[in-house]
Amino acid sequence: MSHGVPSAAPDTAAVDGATARRRGWGWLLLVPGMLYLGVFFVFPTVQLFLTSLYDPSGNYFTGYTLTWHFANYLDAIRDTWHLFVRSFIYAGITTGVCLLLGYPLAYAIAFKAGRWKNFMLVLVIAPFFTSFLLRTISWHTILADNGPVTDFLRTVHVLPHDGRLLATSVAVIAGLIYNFMPFMTLPLFASLDKVDHRLIEAAGDLYSSPFTGFRKVTLPLSLPGVVSGTLLTFIPACGDYINAEILGTPKQYMVGNRIQAAFLTEHNYPLAATLSLILMVIVVLMVIVYVRRVGTEELL
Amino acid sequence: MAETSQDLHLESLTKRFGDFTAVRDLTLTVPSGSFFALLGPSGCGKTTTLRMVAGLEDPTQGRILIGEQDITRLRPYKRPVNTVFQSYALFPHLTIFENVAFGLRRRGIKDYKQKTHDMIDLVQLGPYAGRKPAQLSGGQQQRVALGRALINEPGVLLLDEPLGALDLKLRRQMQIELKRIQTEIEVTFVHVTHDQEEAMTMADTIAVMNQGVIEQMGAPDDLYENPVTTFVANFLGQSNLIMTDIIDGSGAEVVVDCQGQKIGVTSERCHAQGRKAWLGIRPEKIFASQVGESEHTDSNVLRGGRISDVSFIGVSTQYLVAMPWEQELMVFEQNTGRRPLFKNGDNVDLSWSSEHAFLLDADQDAHAGMMTPEDRE
Repeated sequence: MSHGVPSAAPDTAAVDGATARRRGWGWLLLVPGMLYLGVFFVFPTVQLFLTSLYDPSGNYFTGYTLTWHFANYLDAIRDTWHLFVRSFIYAGITTGVCLLLGYPLAYAIAFKAGRWKNFMLVLVIAPFFTSFLLRTISWHTILADNGPVTDFLRTVHVLPHDGRLLATSVAVIAGLIYNFMPFMTLPLFASLDKVDHRLIEAAGDLYSSPFTGFRKVTLPLSLPGVVSGTLLTFIPACGDYINAEILGTPKQYMVGNRIQAAFLTEHNYPLAATLSLILMVIVVLMVIVYVRRVGTEELL
Repeated sequence: MAETSQDLHLESLTKRFGDFTAVRDLTLTVPSGSFFALLGPSGCGKTTTLRMVAGLEDPTQGRILIGEQDITRLRPYKRPVNTVFQSYALFPHLTIFENVAFGLRRRGIKDYKQKTHDMIDLVQLGPYAGRKPAQLSGGQQQRVALGRALINEPGVLLLDEPLGALDLKLRRQMQIELKRIQTEIEVTFVHVTHDQEEAMTMADTIAVMNQGVIEQMGAPDDLYENPVTTFVANFLGQSNLIMTDIIDGSGAEVVVDCQGQKIGVTSERCHAQGRKAWLGIRPEKIFASQVGESEHTDSNVLRGGRISDVSFIGVSTQYLVAMPWEQELMVFEQNTGRRPLFKNGDNVDLSWSSEHAFLLDADQDAHAGMMTPEDRE
């Protein structure tokens, strides 16, 4: 937001000089981080790109040769486009439900929890104390065919007599929602917690009902949290494979499952690399469109 | 709704927070179109009172009425009342135009655009309509807050320490500005402040609040010239308070024994009940003169003073005068140049016109309402 603020100082030349000098130092501070990213991000990404262009006729035992085989991409899209579509649908539903569940939760913690605020925050973070894998396996138990949830849903006839939860899309999405909920809730909380209470009072003073006040003041001011929360949920959910693996069947597999199988089981490195890069490019494009649309720059 | 009088009435208003009573049985009437100030130190209940009128706080007991309409239980957004908040509480994500238009648009008023532009012009922010609040100075933000409230043509405009965040010079300027706008649009202003000068400059009527109750209410000059409690005597300006015994309270002039010297005070300025009383006199009402040369009659002269401190301020000189009973009295004298200044150690007589002193109940703390420089900010 540093741009756009018109400078009122008459001696702007002196100010600019000082700012320029400070910026010079700022660049130096970037060096360690840039070096780290250069080694551990740029280099592997280039490597990944080269791997995706290996000749697919090679294999784990004979090795692969780099033949700039761009057809890998067309083949991958042709064979696995349905996995991409499923991944984005699952991740989209997950993000939507997380937002619907996480927003009221974050709102309650920020505005209504009082002295329980910190305790409730700890509860939100608490799942991180155990491993992602273990937590997903326990969802396997929760949703099991003879488990309490399935039993209950059968009793109230939401599920047919022999209906199941496990090994369905519902189970996979439920697992995703559970696992990514904190990533939605925390940025939402951080945004809502910053909203000045007096602004909400002012909205009430200016003829806004509580709901209108929320719509016109609280919600717009919490949009940065909505943007970061949805990104932090959607991006990793797109690439997830644990939930589909443990709570689903191959019918629920996502792109991540295919990449994992290609890489670890089949040792088909060109395919794994190709799928990874396609996923990355699509997600980056979606994020750019999304952020442009919401226009976070305009938000404080 | 314009037919009936729009006076604001508070009836036995009480607010308790747990064991703490912030406002105690407050009853007052603010006449429609007046500029009313609630003045008091922090924690005296003035802001709580304001918030109850705005609907941001529910009264524990009592009623709030505007004209005939009981608004005690009305939600804030249904009250014909708007507030200028202490922190301004401008919406940071909206432009100045959108901030000012906010109330009109919530009420679904069609021609809000023209009205908003007019209001922005009234508070002299025309060129800034498209900017965000963060791009404005404190004084400009203050005007936005004022415009945003005033545009709704409220029955009562509440101002919660509206000038507190501004520096002294800007505050003076805004005081005049606020008074001008209030006179122009004839809306009832209820102004909460801890700054006695601010209250006296702007308000028609001041209510001095202390510990949840109103100590005294009246026009600024009445409060200043004839305070009824030591709190008011000290909180509004400064006072010399001397312990006296009442000798004769029957006549038109109450006669007191002021540490061995007889002093007379007009009986309507006697607010003391018992046998003893605080004799109060403002520093600028006292004349210091060389021994035996005082201009006033015997009943209003204190003898035996000795200058113990001289502060030359320019327009005036402030003396501390040590009295025989080991009390130092303050005397402010305008520098008219009529005679040379006194020096430390000079012997003086102090005198005043009989209509300037006042008598206060002796049970009260002589230091009530005195503020350290930090309290005054």
